[in-house]
Amino acid sequence: MTTLTPTKDVLPPPTERFTVLGWMKKNLFGSIGDAILTVVGGAFLVWMIYSLLNWIFNQAQWAVVTDNLSLLMKGQYPAEADWRLWSLLFLLALVVGLMWGISIKRPTGAGWTLLIIAVVLAVWLFSLGRESWWRLLVIDAIAIVGYGLGKRFPRGLSRPTYILALAYMPIVILIVRGFGEDGFLAYVPTNLWGGLLLSLLLAIFAIVFSFPIGVALALGRQSDLPAVKGLSILYIELIRGVPLITLLFMGQLMLPLFLPAGITIDRVIRAIVAMIMFAAAYMAENVRGGLQSIPKGQYEAADAIGLSGFQKMVFIILPQALRAVIPVLVGQFIGLFKDTTLVALLGLLDLLGIARGILANPNYIGRQLEVFSFIGLIYWVFSYGMSYASQRLESALGVGER
Amino acid sequence: MTTLKKSDHAPVPFWRDERYLKIIIQVIVVALVVFSGFYLVRNLVTGLEDLGIPLSFRFLKIEAQFDIGETLIEYSRTSTYARALLVGILNTIKVSFLGIIFATIFGIIVGIARLSKNWLINKLAAIYVEALRNIPLLVFLIFLSTTVFHKLPRVKEALSAWGWAYLTNRGIYVVWPQPADGWDVYRWFLLGSFVVGLIVAIIKYREGVRTGRMPLYWLWGSVTFILLAGVTWVIAQFIAGQPLVLDFPYLAGRNFKGGQSLSPEFMAIFTGLVIYTSAFIAEIVRAGIQAVSKGQREAATSLGLTGFQTMRLVIFPQALRVIIPPLTSQYLNLTKNSSLAIAVGYPDLFAVGSTIINQAGRAVEIILIMMGVYLTFSLLTSLFMNWYNKHTRLVER
Repeated sequence: MTTLTPTKDVLPPPTERFTVLGWMKKNLFGSIGDAILTVVGGAFLVWMIYSLLNWIFNQAQWAVVTDNLSLLMKGQYPAEADWRLWSLLFLLALVVGLMWGISIKRPTGAGWTLLIIAVVLAVWLFSLGRESWWRLLVIDAIAIVGYGLGKRFPRGLSRPTYILALAYMPIVILIVRGFGEDGFLAYVPTNLWGGLLLSLLLAIFAIVFSFPIGVALALGRQSDLPAVKGLSILYIELIRGVPLITLLFMGQLMLPLFLPAGITIDRVIRAIVAMIMFAAAYMAENVRGGLQSIPKGQYEAADAIGLSGFQKMVFIILPQALRAVIPVLVGQFIGLFKDTTLVALLGLLDLLGIARGILANPNYIGRQLEVFSFIGLIYWVFSYGMSYASQRLESALGVGER
Repeated sequence: MTTLKKSDHAPVPFWRDERYLKIIIQVIVVALVVFSGFYLVRNLVTGLEDLGIPLSFRFLKIEAQFDIGETLIEYSRTSTYARALLVGILNTIKVSFLGIIFATIFGIIVGIARLSKNWLINKLAAIYVEALRNIPLLVFLIFLSTTVFHKLPRVKEALSAWGWAYLTNRGIYVVWPQPADGWDVYRWFLLGSFVVGLIVAIIKYREGVRTGRMPLYWLWGSVTFILLAGVTWVIAQFIAGQPLVLDFPYLAGRNFKGGQSLSPEFMAIFTGLVIYTSAFIAEIVRAGIQAVSKGQREAATSLGLTGFQTMRLVIFPQALRVIIPPLTSQYLNLTKNSSLAIAVGYPDLFAVGSTIINQAGRAVEIILIMMGVYLTFSLLTSLFMNWYNKHTRLVER
């Protein structure tokens, strides 16, 4: 009897074995045209990286950013309320850590890389000696603890974690805004919100409040009542057909006129109202996509067991539809976060608005490249981070695979 | 045979009868919308009357009294507000139209590079796409305007591209054909060549439909057009002199003269929109091509089609069906995003409109006009793209 070698122990034929040279021949120098492209592209890449690094370390003067870091991050938000923002970040770290621990079965290289970057960054910033930056280390620690807990008790913690994740944005709104004259969580007037904080809050407000309106509009558009359907379509198409900036201008200039005399609302709220109106129309289209993905059998089954129209929607259709659109909603949130920059054109001090304000300061003349690179990087990290996380979560939850 | 007996039950009261309920709900919804709309509009009208600026569009006939940097039609300070808005609308159309064309070209190139088997090219395209898709357009536009186009060298030290183009912080000057003596004759020849080219293309297309072997009808048409245009150029030169001469930009005193000048504002909004949108289009093109199943490519190869034929006859027509709907929304986005031109100082519809709001205080009217115009653009673009989509769609049973 001959013994068979297990297949995994058999080496591939020499022509398909992995070698550096073989890989390069296949992927970089497959043909003459390929080789030319590789050389040109490689030269371009090297030149780009060299000039970028040279600029970052030798030419750029980062004082404009480090001097104004607090302004860029939170605008005029009072320092005695800083602990609220930090605790929200701690909570976020906990949620993200738990989610990661619960949903990702096999941690990938990219996840570890991100974690290592976060820790190294925190340690490095801490070593620079800003007093508040020890909190960055706490954020990393909380995230790691959350990951450990999630890994250890995936069953028990999964429901509270998802509830916490869904409730996170409303919690942010409540804690940042505060209520009451003074005391523990005193109200912080909206004109003090600024910087990255304002950008994030605008996006959060828009996504949270547009959600119920969007769901209602999506149901309205699916409805078999012609008047309801017509009005929903009218609203959705009207809003989607005009640029956001015209809606924001309408909010600033026309909203006060729509209200009865004597009632005034401040500029941030007006911008928020316009953002919500805008987001609701897009939300409606996203939810409609989810509704259309529900097979007809689900409707018929709900009818067959005698559910009323309302019960059918709330217990059968919407839970499935909303589950299907979660990744799209993350995409919409990223889009809204990017769109919040438009409020800078109204003179509000979001991240871009503050940046422009800083550049108008005679001390920082000609520092555009530094400031715009920095805020560009912040927007990029947030948007890319969110889309990456949602992709990972999507594949971990198996959305769209069942 | 039994006859159906009328039900013994009492009739359903009308408030539980679905037929009536539907009507009642609709009446309530419509009434709510109408009443709240009426309330808001009444507040608006009375509020405006209290401010002394009642709602009316008559102000459009007043002299605008402000200058506009670049105009496609004749305009001066003494023109009316309506004329100023028209200038803005035309500028919006100009930047959107050119933007859509160039963004599509770049998007397709990057999208195909993203599918390249060459690892380096593939990754470079991926970096391009991911870097651009995740930053806000407005930040990118202001960045381009302040750190690129307004930071170009001054006129005296202009960067020259072999005399064909000059880059300065006052704008970019490029060589441009100018009509000369023969143009009056030649333009009719040109029109004629175009019509003949079109007819050839249509004939070839018909032939393709009839025989089922579609020739490269657009290639036939364009080659005919180019040949005829070349031949008639010589004829026109013989009859009336050279039709077009190249007008080179040259330094005259403090600024450049001749050629075509492109203002830094236009360049900022145009390149910004093109680069930004091309990243999104690249992803759409890539997804569309990847959506065509592998079997199609293999089938084409086994039929003996060449690489180009596979792309043209098998892959691309199928990819197009996936590509067109999202491409439409990118075109609409580009048109709407052109309203950000105000941030870089290009006088598009929105920028002109907000100048008028500041000057005449007619916020409500101007916002209504602007929304109406953008809505019209959106509707026209989606009508055209829907028509095109229907044209390329899979014919189903």
